[in-house]
Amino acid sequence: MDHARYLGGSPERTDAPAKTGGALRYTDDRVRPGTLHAALLYSPYAHARIASVDLSRAEAAPGVRGAFSGADWPDTLIGLYMGDKPPLARETVRYYGEPVAAVVADSEAETLAAIRLVEASFEALPPLASPRDSLAPGAAVLHPGLGSYRRIPAILPEPGTNVANRTRIRKGDPEEAFARAPVVVSGSFSFPPGDHAAMEPRVAIAEYGLDGRLTVTSSTQSPFGVRTLLAKGLGLPERRIRVIAPPVGGGFGGKAGIQLEPLACLLAMRFPGRPVRLANAREADMVSSPGRPGLESTVRIAAERDGAILAMDIELLFDSGAYADYAVNVSRAAAVACTGPYKVPNVKADALCVYTNHPFATAFRGFGHIELSYATERALDLLADELGMDPAALREKNAAQPGHTTPTGAVLDPNTGDLPACIALVKERLGWDEGRRRLMPDGKVRAKGLACFWKAPAIPTFTDAGATLAFAEDGSAVLTTGVVEIGQGCFDGLRLIVAEALRMDPSMVRVEPEADTDRSPHDWTTAASRSLFMAGRAALGAAEDAVAQLKRVASAPLRCPEEDLEIGDGRIYLRDDPAHGLPISAVALGYVYENGNAIGGPIIGRGRYIARGLSGMDPESGEGRPGLEWTMGAEGVELELDPRDGSCRVLRSACAMDVGKVIHPALARGQLVGAMAMGIGYATREAFSFDSRQGVQNASLRDYKLLRYGEDPEYFVDFVETPQGDGPYGARGLGEQGIIGMPGAIAQAASLAAGVQLCELPITPEYLWTSMRKERP
Amino acid sequence: MTERKGPYELRLRVNGEERAALTRPAETLLRLLRERLGLTGPKCGCENGDCGACTVLIDGVPTKSCMVLAVECEGRELTTIEGLRDHPVQRAFSAENGFQCGFCTPGMIMNAVALVRAHPEPNEEADRNWMGSNLCRCTGYEGIRRALAAARAELAARAGLMPRAKERP
Ligand code: FES
Ligand code: FES
Repeated sequence: MDHARYLGGSPERTDAPAKTGGALRYTDDRVRPGTLHAALLYSPYAHARIASVDLSRAEAAPGVRGAFSGADWPDTLIGLYMGDKPPLARETVRYYGEPVAAVVADSEAETLAAIRLVEASFEALPPLASPRDSLAPGAAVLHPGLGSYRRIPAILPEPGTNVANRTRIRKGDPEEAFARAPVVVSGSFSFPPGDHAAMEPRVAIAEYGLDGRLTVTSSTQSPFGVRTLLAKGLGLPERRIRVIAPPVGGGFGGKAGIQLEPLACLLAMRFPGRPVRLANAREADMVSSPGRPGLESTVRIAAERDGAILAMDIELLFDSGAYADYAVNVSRAAAVACTGPYKVPNVKADALCVYTNHPFATAFRGFGHIELSYATERALDLLADELGMDPAALREKNAAQPGHTTPTGAVLDPNTGDLPACIALVKERLGWDEGRRRLMPDGKVRAKGLACFWKAPAIPTFTDAGATLAFAEDGSAVLTTGVVEIGQGCFDGLRLIVAEALRMDPSMVRVEPEADTDRSPHDWTTAASRSLFMAGRAALGAAEDAVAQLKRVASAPLRCPEEDLEIGDGRIYLRDDPAHGLPISAVALGYVYENGNAIGGPIIGRGRYIARGLSGMDPESGEGRPGLEWTMGAEGVELELDPRDGSCRVLRSACAMDVGKVIHPALARGQLVGAMAMGIGYATREAFSFDSRQGVQNASLRDYKLLRYGEDPEYFVDFVETPQGDGPYGARGLGEQGIIGMPGAIAQAASLAAGVQLCELPITPEYLWTSMRKERP
Repeated sequence: MTERKGPYELRLRVNGEERAALTRPAETLLRLLRERLGLTGPKCGCENGDCGACTVLIDGVPTKSCMVLAVECEGRELTTIEGLRDHPVQRAFSAENGFQCGFCTPGMIMNAVALVRAHPEPNEEADRNWMGSNLCRCTGYEGIRRALAAARAELAARAGLMPRAKERP
């Protein structure tokens, strides 16, 4: 391949004019006149028996077309990997915010007025407040039907308990290793569930057409996933369902599953010919729709005196809340990567997805890796302390490299990133060797922390992507995929990949900005940081297919063998005589001879990709190859703590990540910086706070504190490029990973500053203050 | 003070145009703009004054339109993101990647337009106070910070105060 022309450039995003002009239409900007509006009644209890739901007053209210409760759909269960959730609660409510009743009316004002007239009464039950609560002997079983739920085979629930899924990893002989190890450390680490808090609240607009087809426009990352799951849940064949996914106002995993769509569709099916809009207010978006899981964990590490890790024994208990949703796979993904990016010959791990009476959890940027990483990185810090070793040196010593095996026994191939190089870059950015802890003249303490991460996408073994490439009269190319724009800017990466393959100026390549299951090629889901990789491969395939077709058609009028033709700068020409050629515009829709005869016809390039060589996991040992590619990196921070009041601020943050190949540097940096900021929020402030009955106390953006302008630190981003052999031009995914190491790095730095090991998140001033007081008698 | 009951016709000046719309006394400006005037640029992120996605200018003052009743805006001059045309702040957000998903962007830009007008010189404290009222979940604010700097440089260059920082095609 000759030198890249367009890769590595950072042209302005194609959606910039629409987004900075306020012209981009998200789902809720597309409400048609005549649309009906739905409102929901949410459970005020985390756990209760529903004594009665009286809809009669609501039904009689002005503008109301219908009112519904769980009894309206007595058998429907919706789920992602496991169908465990009724569209409206039946008999019991299992979390604070669970939808109990729905009202549909002509206007939103009328529906909101009417929903207050629904009279529901509850008999409160004691709530299960944590995974350990739920696993305690005699704990209430939240899902007595667990054994009968429809599920995929990779999920292993334990009926009669609150375990929605258990993934076991058994590698080597951990028992023997612990018995002979000179050093053993152990610790327990935990944090509560929280929310994605994407700026666009979820919304779905469904219409059951008079032609018998169901169309749903939704703020979803997964149009094809939604179609499949609607088909399963509602008993309609896929061909009668159309899902449209306009650009999404922030996903972060929170819109990757199936959420408001089933209820919106069930309501719409009661009113054929009229669209029904079901939109979350912010408060509902935070607690009623799923957030991210919480964690309780225990990690033991066995090591040599020189720091070489001999074994790990890991228990990860994911707080999935009331329903399993994506969390059953989140816990599984955490098991696959449970040790973090280190060479660990002996592993025993159990990752459990546990039902509690908290708001339920779905995918969240990092997908289980923040959780496992926080737990193992904290345990490594305990080990470093015990050995009197520099925490970065301990990580360098044990860094996973090609040839090592992962916890599931899969061999890390030569594509695996260069972790030691990442560690070195972060150390350099932070001035690591100049000292990790400094007392400032004003009494504040500055401290540094460093953590490592890895991530493999937790995807079905048959995860796919399709792409087509067609042309317009002006010779420009349009790429169609099933990828959803969620802010990540994947389309601009795809555009550069196509431009590179066609050797055509990127301004002549357009990417269809909206996914539509009726029109887009199939694509698994915009998640798992796999779109650039997989849709990129498909796009590359489509471009190559189109080039071959263009050459074939052009070879007739140019009177030469196809092999002699070259493509570039919008032309097809003889390689050895570039002046002799044709513009693409003269060939792409068919070539017309002077006498009017035509050949060819519209060129349509086709590309496809499916994950290579993945296999399931052995239920007893976890053995298998569930992870496609491993992205590795290191992150670090310097923060400043005021020991007088516990206030703490991250001053500088650094991330170095091996991304294979940087396609669009500005967007790649943007993804990392955004993820780092989110990680800082995760570590220092973001989590639900519960009252004694497990109601959520901070379900608003006023009380759930996100990072604001001016609270952001300085960001350093470095890329290492160990090419991904099977990635498009060597690239691999990078959308999520920047968040993973942040909580570990911040906990390490804050613990060093405070002089006490902090084992919980979020590390708020209050938590710091009380921890420091506890330490000093 | 006039008293309003039931639906009535409200006359407004929006983005330089006279507009009329049927509204309810309890309707917020945000809902009126989005649902009755088709101006969906202002976004509804919380309807609680916390996120700033709904920010518009009322007589040049950045205001969260979810916290204002439409009826209060009679006779005022309103500007939404749709009323800006190729404003230096917009161009700076585009060029500096001051957005990702773009949902916060209309509000962010309206606030920034007012900020750089009030504080043409770089001013970290003012920036923190103004921009702190708008949330962005995607960018970590890095691109937004760059965009503010670029917009100020551009405006200063226009005013002939200093040479252009960066020529744009
Ligand atoms: S929608 Fe107005 S501040 Fe959030
Ligand atoms: S760009 Fe997505 S919230 Fe700011």
